Amino acid sequence: MSRIAKTFALLQSNRKKALIPFITAGDPDPALTVDLMHCLVNAGSDIIELGVPFSDPMADGPTIQRSSERALKHRVGLTTVLEMVAEFRKKNEQTPVVLMGYANPVEAMGYEHFVLKAKDAGVDGVLTVDYPPEECEEWVKYLEQYGIDTIFLLSPTTAQSRIQQVAKLAKGYIYYVSLKGVTGAAHLDLKNVESMLEKLRAAIAIPIGVGFGIRDSETASAVAQLADAVVIGSRIIEEIEHSPQSEIVKNVGNLVADMRKAIDNKCS
Amino acid sequence: MNVYDLPNKSGHFGPYGGVFVAETLISALDELREQYVHYRSDPDFQDEFAYELKHYVGRPSPIYHAKRWSAHLGGAQILLKREDLNHTGAHKVNNTIGQALLARRMGKNRVIAETGAGQHGVATATVAARYGMECVVYMGAEDVRRQATNVYRMKLLGAEVIPVESGSRTLKDALNEAMRDWVTHVEDTFYIIGTVAGPHPYPMMVRDFQTVIGKEAKTQMEETFGRQPDVLIACVGGGSNAIGLFYPYIDNENVRMVGVEAAGKGLDTNQHAATLMKGKPGVLHGNRTYLIQDENGQIIETHSISAGLDYPGVGPEHAWLKDIHRAEYVGITDEEALEAFHALCRFEGIMPALESSHALAYAAKFAPTLAQDQLLLVNLSGRGDKDMATVAEMSGLSL
Repeated sequence: MSRIAKTFALLQSNRKKALIPFITAGDPDPALTVDLMHCLVNAGSDIIELGVPFSDPMADGPTIQRSSERALKHRVGLTTVLEMVAEFRKKNEQTPVVLMGYANPVEAMGYEHFVLKAKDAGVDGVLTVDYPPEECEEWVKYLEQYGIDTIFLLSPTTAQSRIQQVAKLAKGYIYYVSLKGVTGAAHLDLKNVESMLEKLRAAIAIPIGVGFGIRDSETASAVAQLADAVVIGSRIIEEIEHSPQSEIVKNVGNLVADMRKAIDNKCS
Repeated sequence: MNVYDLPNKSGHFGPYGGVFVAETLISALDELREQYVHYRSDPDFQDEFAYELKHYVGRPSPIYHAKRWSAHLGGAQILLKREDLNHTGAHKVNNTIGQALLARRMGKNRVIAETGAGQHGVATATVAARYGMECVVYMGAEDVRRQATNVYRMKLLGAEVIPVESGSRTLKDALNEAMRDWVTHVEDTFYIIGTVAGPHPYPMMVRDFQTVIGKEAKTQMEETFGRQPDVLIACVGGGSNAIGLFYPYIDNENVRMVGVEAAGKGLDTNQHAATLMKGKPGVLHGNRTYLIQDENGQIIETHSISAGLDYPGVGPEHAWLKDIHRAEYVGITDEEALEAFHALCRFEGIMPALESSHALAYAAKFAPTLAQDQLLLVNLSGRGDKDMATVAEMSGLSL
């Protein structure tokens, strides 16, 4: 059983929902990333989505773009990100780490080289934003061969036929993008999320996480009642952005702990 | 005889092209593809497109024999396909008309576009005014500063110009931002991409609208010269004017095709935009193609004297034509392009765009190596009025 599957199984037996925070590796400083990852775990995170910085993050809003730019100033690329995961693994064997990013850095590294190094480092899943199922047959094969889960996005505009296509390929969990637009947008519509999740559950056996537009603990707890996992990205990045460097770890820890509390209260 | 028929159904040219976008954009692209494939073979749509090209753009654009310059160079005859004579002064408008007509039929009344130097932005603002549509143009903040005249031109035409502050604040970032706008306003918005890049169906659709250049050339060559040219030459940034000229000739195996990239300050420096010559395949802006990138797969900034060629990617069909050796791709430096710019002014009384000057410069190099009965057809893709400040600056003057 993969680390991701184990995590969800354990949560389910405890009747809890997963909290999945997103941070960009190397933002604002590569020296801080591994500490931040441990802090996320200590504050109650179940899975960490670690963003791989890219020069052209087409699907991201301004907040995550800026985090990518800060990381790129330190020349943080895929190789460095994998080193960070390996460093994190020295002290943490349980918490799954999912790399989230764009296709070109993995294409530049080469599929085989990447999966070997990612497996070694202790990566559990990969979400490549601009690899829709039609374009990544070979990629999925490589990941499968090394037991790394391929996470896919689904959106409010995804047609039923595609939901089934994605269901066949997806491993670990599905990331449901709760609104149209880019990351960091506001106005999540709970009613829409609820009705879409019903449709998704009919076709998908693995857990479903919901992200995009979850900015406060009220929304987080409401989403936790509907989904298996709550993904929080831009709100955390904002906390990083607005905190003095020495306070980042503490402030992010507090924010995530609040989210944890909100999620647990509503589903007990 | 081989009949070239690409892209395939999923938008691939060999390993290139495709639909490399986030799930959030898939349904919009599906809708666009279905609608375009429908209207592509709709006679009413094609008639309206042809009518607009004739009466609004002023097509067909002539082929002009640059006799004095050819004689001076002392070799092959240089013929110019005069896209610079189109309304708005370049080939860009062929495509923006096609896409605006499609947007209207799809019931989308808001169009958005990305622009580098502003040529595609102006062509989009122009057709938006012509058809009474709302128009928003994304332009890198750096380019907004450098191209104040075109920004004003777009505003006069009623467009809103939004400076893009992210990334390198240039064309590629404007494209990212336009995609973000599209994914957020997909119900009422049509994204008019300016070149043969982006996810399928854009490379095919933009090519189709631009093939009017090559189709006209075939007829005109037969009428005026009684035969087809020996070589086609066109500049390649994203590659829309080049593919527009090349595509109708792909199955004419006796016609050589040469795409001219911007070698900037030299191919052995890191200041160029010669994507096909110096780049590596990768994924950007929705398609797989050659890219200028670093060892981490990050896209790097390019350089060219001509803003229209200053792009780190290239249309996927060019990537394929390169790999199968159907077209050749060469580089021309800033300096060589500038020299050709001046030559055409002095010998023919035509002021070419700096983009087109790259194609002219290659013709000037190549012509003297050929016999006098050889015909080189160069796509003069745009006029040079917009470049006067740049040229003056390069010559140490300020206007």
